[in-house]
Amino acid sequence: MNWLLEPLGFEFMQQALIIGLLVSIPAATMSCLLVLKGWSLMGDAVSHAVLPGIVIAFLLGIPAAIGAFVAGLFCAIATGFLDQNSRLKEDTVMGVVFSGMFALGLILFNYVHTNLHLDEILFGNILGVSWQDVLETGTVTALVLTIFLIRSRDIMLFAFDPQQARIIGINTRFLHYLLLVMLSMVIVASMKAVGIILVIAVLIAPGAIAFLLTDRFDQMLLIAILIALFCTFTGVILSYHLNSATAPTIVVLMSLAFIVAFLFAPKRGVLKQKSKNIAIDMK
Amino acid sequence: MEKPSDMENPLADTTGAYALPESGEVVIDSPAERAKIRILQRDSGEHSGYSGISAENVTVIYRNGNIGLENANFEVPVASICALVGVNGSGKSTLFKALMGFEHLSQGSVTILGQAAGKSLAKNHVAYVPQNEEVDWNFPVLVEDVVMMGRYGHMGFLRRPSRTDHQKVDEALRRVNMQHYRARQIGELSGGQKKRVFLARAIAQEACAILLDEPFTGVDVQSEDAIIELLRELRATGHVILVSTHNLGSVPQFCDQVILINRTVLDYGETESVFTRENLQRAFGGSLRLHVLGGDELHEDDDARRVTVITDDERPVVIYDEDHNSKSKQDPGKASEPGGSNLP
Ligand SMILES: Nc1ncnc2c1ncn2[C@@H]1O[C@H](COP(=O)(O)OP(=O)(O)OP(=O)(O)O)[C@@H](O)[C@H]1O
Ligand SMILES: [Mg+2]
Repeated sequence: MNWLLEPLGFEFMQQALIIGLLVSIPAATMSCLLVLKGWSLMGDAVSHAVLPGIVIAFLLGIPAAIGAFVAGLFCAIATGFLDQNSRLKEDTVMGVVFSGMFALGLILFNYVHTNLHLDEILFGNILGVSWQDVLETGTVTALVLTIFLIRSRDIMLFAFDPQQARIIGINTRFLHYLLLVMLSMVIVASMKAVGIILVIAVLIAPGAIAFLLTDRFDQMLLIAILIALFCTFTGVILSYHLNSATAPTIVVLMSLAFIVAFLFAPKRGVLKQKSKNIAIDMK
Repeated sequence: MEKPSDMENPLADTTGAYALPESGEVVIDSPAERAKIRILQRDSGEHSGYSGISAENVTVIYRNGNIGLENANFEVPVASICALVGVNGSGKSTLFKALMGFEHLSQGSVTILGQAAGKSLAKNHVAYVPQNEEVDWNFPVLVEDVVMMGRYGHMGFLRRPSRTDHQKVDEALRRVNMQHYRARQIGELSGGQKKRVFLARAIAQEACAILLDEPFTGVDVQSEDAIIELLRELRATGHVILVSTHNLGSVPQFCDQVILINRTVLDYGETESVFTRENLQRAFGGSLRLHVLGGDELHEDDDARRVTVITDDERPVVIYDEDHNSKSKQDPGKASEPGGSNLP
């Protein structure tokens, strides 16, 4: 008990825990979409592409979050445009666009002397957040979660069978861009907590784990959120005791959870399938 | 609001009412609906001439300049099953996309039960049964969830299923005889069962027009027969069904209408008059395997009649040249041995 309570005596630990939990909810929600729609690379692309936006926002004197958001969205939309107007496959185009933007961001960063720290952007600084950050993240969480839950049936259908979605009158183009906007918002909101390199982990792992554990979309959402909350909570506390970096600790826990699910999932786990094969062999 | 279209087309809004005529479990909510059913029963028996699906001068040009379809004209009446037959790349999928309102028409128009394709009222009128390759079979949805997706268009903003929605799903599942599989994840089904689930979704959607893109690929003969039986039932209740298929042998077996397509519509109409050897050769050109076996090659007596075996890639169509009036007949269950065993 004391093991749990001791770290929470510090305000920075309270803030870290709260922002971590707040981020993990929309990230886990979006992760289900990313996993099912095959948008994992999109998450990676958008998160890298925010870098030049942050520097340019600094130059213009506007909040970094806005610059990051615009740059991330630009990457997603530019990818879609190039994909539709060239013979290249989407992942190829995406690779070119986001690595280019990331490189541009690195160059800009060295030219412009900002008060920003590159490793804070890349790896987050969950222990150095303010209540203001907590509030902003909370707003994003509420917004993304609300939209997702209200439209969850349509989002599921959009991921599963976009043609049927169109047939019954869902504006799939609008939904597509809405989801990209939500993805960009979540990435920007997670920047403080996990940084743009590791954000992809929290944007994929919970959905991937939940995917192994269930056959229904609603349950997948719920499981993903619960796993993300659990890993974040444990990760924050554990990192205090181990004196380890917080965000990587959370991500490592998620990876462990994935391995456990991969091996032991009741229906799709590797061990379960092995034992089934053995049972068949014995017959 | 929807009155005017009802007047000219009683089928337009009553699709739900005429589901399940044989099971006696139809839920009839109002006298008005009962009246509609009666109109329907009267009309569907005589094919009434209501246009189910029609295309006028349809041209679809893809972004890259490819012409998918040019000046296509056809008309399929309600209460019919229509085969869409043509070689690879002849524009079958393009035509489907046009009917669903997905592809911009460079020219012409498509109507479904009197309404322009893609318009909001027409939306729930079309159901689409996708090809197996188009579906992500690992997706975490159960059979009943998939069927429920057919109901989304009838639900409100939040897509909360009502009691009626659940009833329609149950009904549709029973109709395709998949009620015992409702809690299965969709990947855990056989090819034929998968097809039936998507057919159930189309039924639950209460669409008047059902489009099936090559429903028989990867489906064994037994499931094929079950699906065909189901399509016949749907026809009997006034649906118009468009099936693209390379399975030429089964076309005369269950399709009363045929559209022959090769970048444009070559011919359309009743199967007997359109599905002829001459027309098929026109539609398929060299890409069709055609064997004409004269009487003298088959047997010793001097019966001069011929057997014509035409095959695209699957089940062959066999045309017996009886008394030289070239009547097209269906060959029962010869799918496994194309050609050989059809001989007398
Ligand atoms: N997205 C596209 N962009 C450009 N051209 C296309 C596109 N889809 C189809 N086409 C072209 O339009 C023509 C008709 O194609 P379609 O897919 O409708 O044929 P199909 O009859 O469905 O063939 P199959 O029997 O192989 O399914 C083809 O020549 C094809 O090359
Ligand atoms: Mg096709």
